[in-house]
This record gives sequence, C-alpha cells and structure tokens, in this order.
Amino acid sequence: MGRITLTSIDRAYGKMKILHDINLDVADGEMLVLVGPSGCGKSTLLRLIAGLDRPTGGRIEIDGVDATDVSAAQRGLAMVFQSYALYPHMSVRQNLAFGLENIRMAKAEIDARIAEAARMLEIAPYLDRRPGQLSGGQKQRVAIGRAVVRNPTAFLLDEPLSNLDAELRISTRAELAALHKRLATTMIYVTHDQVEAMTLADRIVVMRSGRIEQIGRPLDLYNAPANLFVAGFIGAPRMNLLPVKVLSVAVNEVAVEGPGGLSAVIAANSAALKPGDEATLGIRPHDVDLSAGGPGSVEARVTLVEALGPETVVHATIAGDEKMVAVLNQQGIGAGGKQISLRLNPERMHLFDTAGLRVSII
Amino acid sequence: MSAAATLKAWVGAALAAPVVWLASAVNVPLKSWQRATGTGGMAAFFLAPNMAIFGIFVLVPLVINFFYSATSGTAYFLQDRSYVGLEQYQRLLDCSNYLDTATCREDLFWKAVHNTGLFVVVQVALMTVVSVVTALILNREIAGRSFWRAVFFFPVLLSPVVTGLIWRWILQRQGLLNLIVHDMGGEPYNWLTDRFWAFTAAVSVSVWAHMGFYTLILLAGLQAIPRDLYEAAEMDGTRPARVFWRITLPLLMPNLLVVIVLALIRAVQIFDEVYVLTGGGPGTSNLYLTQYIYEIGFASLLRNPGLASAASILMGLVLVVLTLLQLQVGRRGERKGARQ
Amino acid sequence: MTGVATFLTRRRGGRGWHWTDVVSWLWLIGGLVIMFGPAVWLVGSSFKTPAQLAEFPPTILPYVGQQTSVEGHDKPLTLYRVKLPDGSTKIMAEIRRIGIVAQMVDPKAPKDIVKINIADRQPVREIGFETGNYTEPFVHFDFLRYLRNSVFVTAMATLITLLTNSMAAFALSKYKFRGRDFTMLLIVGTLMVPLSVILVPLYSVVSAVGLLDSLWGVILPTVATPTGVFLLRQYMLTIPDELLDAARMDNASEWQIYWRIVLPLAAPALAVLAIFSVVWRWNDFLWPLVVLSRKELYTLQVGLNTYAGQLNVQWHFILAMTVVTMIPVVLVFVFLQRYITSGIAGTGLK
Repeated sequence: MGRITLTSIDRAYGKMKILHDINLDVADGEMLVLVGPSGCGKSTLLRLIAGLDRPTGGRIEIDGVDATDVSAAQRGLAMVFQSYALYPHMSVRQNLAFGLENIRMAKAEIDARIAEAARMLEIAPYLDRRPGQLSGGQKQRVAIGRAVVRNPTAFLLDEPLSNLDAELRISTRAELAALHKRLATTMIYVTHDQVEAMTLADRIVVMRSGRIEQIGRPLDLYNAPANLFVAGFIGAPRMNLLPVKVLSVAVNEVAVEGPGGLSAVIAANSAALKPGDEATLGIRPHDVDLSAGGPGSVEARVTLVEALGPETVVHATIAGDEKMVAVLNQQGIGAGGKQISLRLNPERMHLFDTAGLRVSII
Repeated sequence: MSAAATLKAWVGAALAAPVVWLASAVNVPLKSWQRATGTGGMAAFFLAPNMAIFGIFVLVPLVINFFYSATSGTAYFLQDRSYVGLEQYQRLLDCSNYLDTATCREDLFWKAVHNTGLFVVVQVALMTVVSVVTALILNREIAGRSFWRAVFFFPVLLSPVVTGLIWRWILQRQGLLNLIVHDMGGEPYNWLTDRFWAFTAAVSVSVWAHMGFYTLILLAGLQAIPRDLYEAAEMDGTRPARVFWRITLPLLMPNLLVVIVLALIRAVQIFDEVYVLTGGGPGTSNLYLTQYIYEIGFASLLRNPGLASAASILMGLVLVVLTLLQLQVGRRGERKGARQ
Repeated sequence: MTGVATFLTRRRGGRGWHWTDVVSWLWLIGGLVIMFGPAVWLVGSSFKTPAQLAEFPPTILPYVGQQTSVEGHDKPLTLYRVKLPDGSTKIMAEIRRIGIVAQMVDPKAPKDIVKINIADRQPVREIGFETGNYTEPFVHFDFLRYLRNSVFVTAMATLITLLTNSMAAFALSKYKFRGRDFTMLLIVGTLMVPLSVILVPLYSVVSAVGLLDSLWGVILPTVATPTGVFLLRQYMLTIPDELLDAARMDNASEWQIYWRIVLPLAAPALAVLAIFSVVWRWNDFLWPLVVLSRKELYTLQVGLNTYAGQLNVQWHFILAMTVVTMIPVVLVFVFLQRYITSGIAGTGLK
C-alpha cells in the first residue's frame, strides 16, 4: 500500500511562508507529478512528505496512519535526489547496501535484493565501482537502484532527470515509466519540466508560490486549464493569451472582441461574465491556422519563422504589440515582415475571466 | 590476492575492528537520545566535548585573567589571593621616564617592552623583505620550483627548541660560524655573549625559522596575479622595475599586508627559540614580554602571578589591536578585490 | 652532461643570462645552504666524539680514533701517531695523560713506557660515526621516557583534536540551531588568543582540576583548537546536504551520518589537521614547561632544554637527542610534500 494524504499543510521559515494550505491525496500505485516554476515550493513539499523537514501546520498520513512527527527513516519511503546524492566514498554495491544494513537486514537478503535491482536496472557491471567513475546516466540508475532495494511504500523523486543531457533524459524518462508500471508502487515526482509531467504522470499537480493551482490528469490540464497560470505553464509552445473585451453575454454564449480585428463567439458558461468585462482569450499555437482573412480571423505581422520540417513555428504580432505563435502543418510560410491572416479554431478557444480563472466551455 | 596483501587486509581489519565496534556501540544509546531530543539535541551532543574543553581551558582562563590582575600574593588559587584593584597595573606603569628603564619601578617589564618593540620592528622588516624576495624568485620560471619552495619551508616545521639548539651549536665558540671566520682569517668570537650579536642572532634565527611560512602566503598571492597582465606590460615595453612597482606590488598588497600583520602578531609573542638560544641573555638584552610573563608568573623566586597577569593583559590588548587591524586589512583587501 | 647544463641554465625564451637570473640562482643556492646547512651540520656533529666536539677548528666530517688492546691493560687504548725525539714517527697507544705529558707505549713492546709531549702526537683516526651518542642517552638518561611522553602527548592530543573538532565542526556546519552563529563567533574570536596571554589563569585552572604535573594537563588545554574547528567546518560546508538527506532516508542515525558519511568525506581536511596537530603538539614547549615539574613527565622539548641548560653541557648527547627530536618532523616534511602532490593527482580519481 502507498496511499499518502496531506491535509492543510503549511510550511513557513520565520515570516516567510513557503507552502499555504496544501491538500493532496495520492492514491496507491499512482504516479503523481508535482510541477511548477523554481521556488514554487514543490521540492519543499516533497521534503515534508519524505520527513526531511517538518510542516508548521497540517497533517501527513501514510496508509491512513498519522506520520507527521515520524522521522524520515521510519516512514518507509525512498527518495531519488536531483544530484543523485550517492555516497562518493562507497562502491555502488555499498551505496545500495547502506540503507539495508542500517535496518540490520540479513546479509543474504541484502545480496539478493542488490542482485535483483542490479539486473532490473542493468547496473550489475559497475557494482564494484565508485560513483565518481560512473557516467551521469549510470549514476542515475544507481540512485534509482538505491531506492528500489529498499522496497519502499512510495518513491519520492526530486527532479531526477535534470542533470542528464537531452537525449538521455528522454530514454530515462521512458525507462522510469516502465519501472513504475512494473513495480506499481506510488511515486511522487517533482519536476519543473512540463513535458516530463505530461509524459509520466497519472495526475499532475501544478504549483505556484506555495499553492496548488490545479490537480488533474495530464490531458485534462491541457484541455481545460483552471487558470491563466496553468494555461501558460502546460503545453509547448505556450498557449497564446490575448486580452479581449466581452461584448455581449447570452445563455451559454459569450461574444468577445480583441486586437487585430479579432472577434469570436464562444460557447461558454456566461454566468461569470458581463458585457464590458476585460477577459483573456487563450488559444494553443496548434489551434491556429492560416486563413484568407474575413470574419473569425486576425491580421498578424510575421516576426520570425522557424521551419522545423514537419511543422513550421510562426512568431507574429497582432496590432503591433500582442505576440502570437502559430504551429502550422505546412512549409513555405515566407519570411519575417510579411502580413498574414490567422484563423483561431473557435472550438479550441479558452476563456478566462477578469480574475484569470477559467470560464468553463460548453 | 597475494599472501602479503591478504595479511595486510586482515591486520587492517583487525586494527579497525575495535574502532568500528566502538562507533556502533556509541550508536545505540545515541539513537534513543536522538529520538528523545530531535536533531537539536544531536547538535548539542556533537558540540558538547569540544565546547566543554574550550570553555574550561580557553574561556574561563580568559575571564579570570582579569580577576588575577586585580589581586596580589604568590598563591595560584583565586580564593587565596587578596584584592588590590588596579595596583598591579600602577606598578607596571610606574615610570618617570618610559624611555629609561632605570626610572621604572618594574624595570624588567620595561626592559622587556623595549626589547620586544625593537625586536618586532627589526624582525618584521627583515622578515618581509626576505620573504618578498624569496617569493618573487620562486615565482620565476625556475626548474624544480616545488623543491625550492620546500627548501625554504623546511625550518617552519622544526620545533623552537631544536631551532634554538641548532643555532646555539653553530654560534658557540667552537662552532661552524667561527670555523668560517677562522678560515677567512678572522678571530673566533663568542657571539652569544655579546649584546649586539646576541640580539642580531635572535632576530636572524627567528626569521630563518618562520620566513618559509610567509613566503608561501606571498607566493600564493603572486601566482594569483593573472599572467596576461605581465604579457600586456611586456607588449607595452614596460621595464621590469616598473612592472614590479606598478603591477606586482599593488596586486600583491592584500597578501603583503596580511603577512606583515601576522608577522607582527607573532613577533610580539616571541619566546621559545630565543629562550633556548640565549636564555634571554646576555643580561637582559634578549628578555622579551612572554619570557617576562613566564618568569614573573612561574620561574622566578619572587613570583607574582598577579603582576604577570596584568602584563599579559597589556600584551593581549596590543594583540587585540593588531588583530582588529588585520580584520580591517582583510576587509579592505576584499573590497579591493571586488572592485577589480 | 651538456644536457644537464642546458637544463639548469635554461631560462625564459632561451635568451642569454640576465643579471636577475644570476641573483635568483645565487639566492636559491644560498637559501639551500642556509636552510639545510645547519641541520646537516647538526647531524654531522652528532656523530662526533666529545674530544672532537671540543676541537677548534672543527672538522667537517666526524672521525673516530682508532684503538687497540694492549697486553697488560684491561681497556682498549687510543692510538696516536707520535713524533719521537729522534725525528722518526711511530704509532703508539696512550696509557694515561697528565697535563701536557702523555705516557705512551708501543703496542708491540708493551713494557716500554715513553713520556711524550702531547704537542708531538696526532691521533690516528678515520671517518667513523660515534653511535654511542645515540645509544648512551637511552641507557643513562631519561631520554627514552621523554620520547615516550612526547609520543603519548602527540598521539593523544591529535586523536582527541580530530574527534572533538570534527564533531563540533559537523554540528556547526550541518545543523541549524539557536546560538550557532554566536558559538562560531566565540570560536573565531579566540582564534588569536595566544597561550602567553592566558598563561597564569590557565595554570590555575589546570591545577584546580587536578591535572598539574600530568600529561593530560599538557594535552587537554591544546585540543579544542579554534583553527581545527574552523578548518573542518569550512570543508564540511562543501559536502552537499543532499548526501545527509539521502542517508537519513536510508535509516541512518545522526551519529551514523557523522561517522559513516561526513567523516570519511572530510578525510582530506582531517589529514591536514592531523599533520598540523602532530607538528604543533610535538613542538610544544612553553606549556609543558609550565605544567610539568616532575622530571619523569618531561616531554622531549622540555627535557632537551633542561639538558642544554645544565652547567656542564654534554653537547655530544644533546646533539644526538636533538636529531632524534627532529626526526618525526622531517618525516612529516617528506610525507607532506608527497601528500600534496598525490592529493592533486588523487582528485581525478575520487
């Protein structure tokens, strides 16, 4: 079992509040990814769960048992650190054995577990090397191995891929996903990289300034971001956000107008808006297309064209200062300086009210 | 594995076993202490031995020194001594002419002050010049630099007693120095019984013993000066002397000041090697402050711990001033470094 | 040979000799002579006999007089090359000497005793080492005892220094607690308090805790070195906190973290402190001089100073004992050089 429940967790350092009222329920076997910009408190939250730090308020339960004041060692969790934190003066084998020796496990059992983990992670050839003699990817595997041999209730992973180069990061990511599937153990994974979050997570927790902005399945977050922050954070390239003015509000229909001749009628819950409100219209770059002009289009001026081959990323400005990015499935867009018309897919539009909260789309 | 290696490993394990066993035995009670007190209690545990020793043998003496200096008598226990206020200080400072030790009530103290003052000035000046020259030469592209650096560092490690005895042996009547003098056609001389030469010997021997330390500091400073500055100066056709005065010396200044202040602090406390070399003589010509404190405090028949205490506090004040000067110098050096 | 010459005379850019090169090499060679010369002279002198030490001008190398056993005399007699009144020279043995006249005998004709003016003879001798200077003090003096005391003081003080300083440095670098900055300030503030400033009160404290005239009285006041705490703390700050967290997750207690993680990783700094501590404690003079009054407790430095301060200075023994006192420091000197270079090479491996 590996169910972890956080109830109104606060953490403050002196007057500085790092975490505000965090409530979270991690299901057994789930891969939960905490994502957010640096300094958002995600690593602090992980350390609170690990028991390396204590909350100033709230309650942490592991499998229904209050663990708030239980020490890190007794919680039965294992952690993979950003820097791997392998003991440099011990061989790989000793690194794996250290935690098991500390709980006075029998030697034969330790050897069996190390052999199993080494086979699974393919680190058997370097068991007698020191961490300093390993490459980044090998160190990463050993760090995971050190967690695996513990057979923990849950794995806590703190940006485990951030010290790897791009190529290795992608392959290790896939391996991590496979490992999770195989072990079926709860994993709480901290990253600032939304791609990692999208690819790995069962559920994503987006955090900002010590608060949870949204919790949900990856595609739910992508398709229905709860607020402007999540909208901007999830998805690459970022969602285009345009300031619009609410023209009229009818039942489940909101008409807005914006820069560059933009006007749209969005099928949205209109209760939160009234005519004259400043709102924000969001459209993902993949939901923008070239058009011949006319209603539903905006006039834009191309500033940069990045031809990637299968698709072309067009950076443009609308009405002089609003930036707009479009990802087009065609080549030969031309060069900067050109005037183009862009059509925003009305079915894929997002609308955010004055406070930046999502207006639900019908 | 060879038999010898096996044996070595086996002996190593056997030697380490008690230490390892002790460390794990300590772990058991500590774990409960850790559970009871948390990490804060563990911090206290780790600090305790050092701070206890530090408190008893450094802090307590530092504080009660002031009480000592305000008491008189020959007893060492504070409760057996009588309070006299500032009398010891008055006695030390009772002088009608500070430049003439004969007019002072504690003429020995003032003799020691004068000697120490002269020693500090001459020794620090000589030390600085010798160390700077050596460091400059070691910083040149010479073959075997680390060997030469080691050569000058060697005496730093010698004990003051060994240093004193080595030089006493060389400077004595049938010594090496007189052999050289003899071979050059001169008359052998009893160097250490002459006031002037005994003082010169004290200064030279202490420079000999400690210059390697300061040379290392200066050499580190010199090697931190970027090479391209010299190359730029060479491109500009700057004369070597000008390179030294305008580039090397200003950039070396932070290290040089540290060296001077450190040498000052050490020179004020000069004792062991000169004591072994000359015993403070001939007469009182090599009597310095630390020896005065030692003799008045312990060795002399007319011992007066209160007076020694007062003298040590006066010396401590000088050292505090010098230490503050050093901090100031260090900070200025940092600021200068930050600006560049 | 020319290769060596060009190597030694090589200089920047391969141009000719500048006057500064000449000065540099003179300085270095002079430095070599002045820095090592006295120690070499000491070692050479330590192998000379008392008679040779009293000679002037002294010889550079130690010589040993030749002796022979002569019939009718229990002890071996010293041989001399004697200029006889008839102008011939002959090798004879000395029986006894009275003033400037020596009674001598030809070893081949032990009955005929001849009186010779000592100006007319030269000892027969060859280069040799008077090793008795080294073996005698062990037997007839308390030298062995002093040596044992010094080794005990140095070893104990260094061990305790390493243990207590590293524990304190661990607490000061890896824990956050109230009063940490104050503690650090206190330690750094006393970095510059020399022994001579607290000599008298320290003596009374040591006597109050009953450690006067005991080797522990020499050891304990020296072990809480602020320098050691400072040095180790600076080093431990470079050990990442994540390692400690990893160990905590691995069920390690705080003591295990100190003992199994931090201490091994601080080994380079510990080695430096150990080397310093050995040299400091071995060389300590003033404090043992004050604390120890019973002769059998003297350390080498104090014992040596006492011998050298006697009215009848037995230089042949003192020189030999000085050499022995110097040996550990010379070993550290050699070892330290190797340690520094291998330390740099070792960082690539570890």
